[in-house]
Amino acid sequence: MSSLFDLVISGLATGAIYALVAIGFTLLWQTSQTINFAQGEFVMLPAFLMLAVVRAGAPFWLAIIVGALLSIAILGIAFKKLLVDPMLRHGVLPLAIATMALSVAMKESVKQFFSAEAQPFPSIAPSGSVSILGSPVSLQSLGVFAFGLAAVIGLNLFLERTSSGRQMQAAAQNPTVARIVGVPVERMIMLTFVINAALVALASLLVTPIYLAKFSSGETLGQAAFIAAIVGGFNQVRGAIIGGLAIGVLDNLAAAYVSTQYRAAVPLALLIVIILFRPEGLVGRSEERTV
Amino acid sequence: MTRARRLLAIAAGAAVVAALVFVPLSLGRYGLYILSLWSVMSIAAIGLNLTLGYAGQVSLAQGAFVGIGAYAAAIMTVDGLPLSLAVATAVALCFVVGWLLGYPALRVQHHYLAFVTLAFSTLAFLVFRNEEWLTNGVYGISGVPRPKVFGLSTTQPLPFYYLCLFTLGVVTLAFWRLVRSPWGRAFMALRENPMRALSLGVDTRRYTLMAFAIGSALGGLAGALYAPLAEFVDPTSFTLSLSLNLLMMVIVGGSGYFFGPYLGAMTAVLLPEWLRFAQGYYLIVYAVVVMALLTYSPTGILGILDRYLRDRSAKAASALRAAAGAGLPDETAS
Amino acid sequence: MTRVLEVANLRKRFGGIAAVDGVSFHVDEGEILGIIGPNGCGKSTTFNCILGQLAPTEGEVRLDGKVVTGMRPSRLNRLGVSRTFQLLQVFPQLSVRENLILAGQEHKGTMLSRLFGPPDAGLGAAADQMIGFFKLSHLADLPAGGLSYGQQKLLDAAMAFMAGPRLVLLDEPAGGVNPTMLADLKERLRAINREQGATFVVIEHNMEFVMSLCARVVVMAEGKVLAEGPPDKVRSDPTVIEAYLGH
Repeated sequence: MSSLFDLVISGLATGAIYALVAIGFTLLWQTSQTINFAQGEFVMLPAFLMLAVVRAGAPFWLAIIVGALLSIAILGIAFKKLLVDPMLRHGVLPLAIATMALSVAMKESVKQFFSAEAQPFPSIAPSGSVSILGSPVSLQSLGVFAFGLAAVIGLNLFLERTSSGRQMQAAAQNPTVARIVGVPVERMIMLTFVINAALVALASLLVTPIYLAKFSSGETLGQAAFIAAIVGGFNQVRGAIIGGLAIGVLDNLAAAYVSTQYRAAVPLALLIVIILFRPEGLVGRSEERTV
Repeated sequence: MTRARRLLAIAAGAAVVAALVFVPLSLGRYGLYILSLWSVMSIAAIGLNLTLGYAGQVSLAQGAFVGIGAYAAAIMTVDGLPLSLAVATAVALCFVVGWLLGYPALRVQHHYLAFVTLAFSTLAFLVFRNEEWLTNGVYGISGVPRPKVFGLSTTQPLPFYYLCLFTLGVVTLAFWRLVRSPWGRAFMALRENPMRALSLGVDTRRYTLMAFAIGSALGGLAGALYAPLAEFVDPTSFTLSLSLNLLMMVIVGGSGYFFGPYLGAMTAVLLPEWLRFAQGYYLIVYAVVVMALLTYSPTGILGILDRYLRDRSAKAASALRAAAGAGLPDETAS
Repeated sequence: MTRVLEVANLRKRFGGIAAVDGVSFHVDEGEILGIIGPNGCGKSTTFNCILGQLAPTEGEVRLDGKVVTGMRPSRLNRLGVSRTFQLLQVFPQLSVRENLILAGQEHKGTMLSRLFGPPDAGLGAAADQMIGFFKLSHLADLPAGGLSYGQQKLLDAAMAFMAGPRLVLLDEPAGGVNPTMLADLKERLRAINREQGATFVVIEHNMEFVMSLCARVVVMAEGKVLAEGPPDKVRSDPTVIEAYLGH
């Protein structure tokens, strides 16, 4: 039985991963009205890409780099150019459904071409545990949390402090005005997709050692990301971070104190409660009534 | 539609019905099972087509409703209750659950229903798997009996197939009536121009909710037939995958078209059986086809057909307009 | 004479800008009131506030004396208010007749009775009558999307009248319609005003259209009411002339 402290820390660790995935999801929605239902599978795939490179004989560190680059190419650039761009003129809904089909295609492809069995995946965080305030805390959790936090802070700095980041925010909030002001909106949108691909690749790297690489792991991860984004506040990156961390901790506590069988039901219940009582999310702003 | 066209359509329809009734007489056990499965899936797809194609809402819970219907039927009939009662329960239960799910979700923004139904799908699976006292958990419920219809046993594949076909026929007629009624008109208004519909007094929220609830109820009906068909229900049959498959069926057939679901169910149930050698890859190919279809023709196979026919009759229509405009103070050019 | 519509001190602010800044006017039963003004003067915003499309920041809207400020459009419609749109809003895939039946069906019976009742909700005859009145008979079964622009505008107007409304708000009905069609539209609107006693409010740019159709005109500029009265009086009002020439 882990200590409460460890539960919270490991909850924050998975929460940081959920946050990364939720941020990418929110960014795609903000900049290009893309609801990516395959986001969970996007997190599942990079690990398999890296495993494939390892199987081809490369050392792990190289596999990470190649896998990440492949992810950016496939899940960022190819995804945008081959699926999103042609579909956007049909509207939000057909694109959303197309991503659902994409999730099926990705899942079944991995199952067919790689394996239906769960594969072990090496961790980049050290193993063992350390004692904090008298309670044992796993280094894995700390490592994951640290990496996740660093990524989130790095992304935030990019968005707030660099000109590209600010341009991206402008393109996300009001593309028409941004274009007038001279922001290269199309390039910024592509940048969002690339960032999303990088985020999911990092998330994959951090989460797969814990839950093993399986073709079906996209389902739970994706769902956690969607719930995190909505619970936090669908229109804001800040919401994705808060939502992700909250879901991560809640999920862990639920597994320990509520039945393990129904642990997945707790975030779902939270989603329903938020939609009922605070649809703009924990940190979102409510939108003006349009009709 | 011209006289000749109409007669042709009726003749084609009659031929299809005749084929569905007489061809199975020469099919074996397995062929009959597949055809029965097709008719059951068509019912679920018709329900989803109402939600998606007519009211424009994405539901990722249709598979869960099929599951609820299946478990309701299995639990009740194994306990000796008649299937008709189980069907009524399944339909009513799924309608109510659909209403309860949709009510908060549609109050907010439209794409929220997709997420809520996604969450519900997982929740339903968890209940199927965990509540062993009710559902027998992972072991499932076996030995689901086939009903007696007017004293005739349907234990054999052929009679049970006719029961499925008959139910599909009833659903078809009822759905046809619905689409032609003021409700059907309101649904189409929702799909085409919700803003204008609102200004005409159409309570868009209520109609959308109705469409979703009715669609879910049809899923329950399909499930209630699925249980005696397979004679076994277990949680793994009713995961998110089923919902996604049903969604893809509706898209491929043509969402918003009356005959879309039948066509879509055919491609998802019948084709993979004929292409048995490609089983593992079939789903991948299917998903890719769905993505391609959505890119080039979001309205599926029937949409492509419709567009072709419409292009041909567009010439006829403009000729009609020109001729009509000759004697009246109307503009002849847009 | 009953006041069908009363607008009192209507204000709508967007951030710091007041698009509508204290607008008041009324419409009597059976009147055709015109609202004109240069671009951006707040006519459309006023309309949208009356119709519940936007929630007003301040002020009151009364329909037959009953307060309806900020009520949702669907509810207002059931109280007898209908509108046409500046940008055409017909249902392209439904036939002309179906469009008209749809326009009236939500006022017939309850939702449940509409499910089990006749497919045309008992409006087939009324729709045909309206089709005849607006001279669209030869097009009755064609999909509305296939009609010409002017014909669609007529259909749009016809749809607004299907429910036998108390008050009709017409948003730039003359926009993009050619002169022959325009004369037709004006004549049909006058006829329906005579025969059904319907009360109208018309927003328009086309001065000639408004002046010849409306008994009374309200002129707006910069979110406020500038002048009000019969067309001739308003046309020769110096402040009005300046507002238009100044833009």
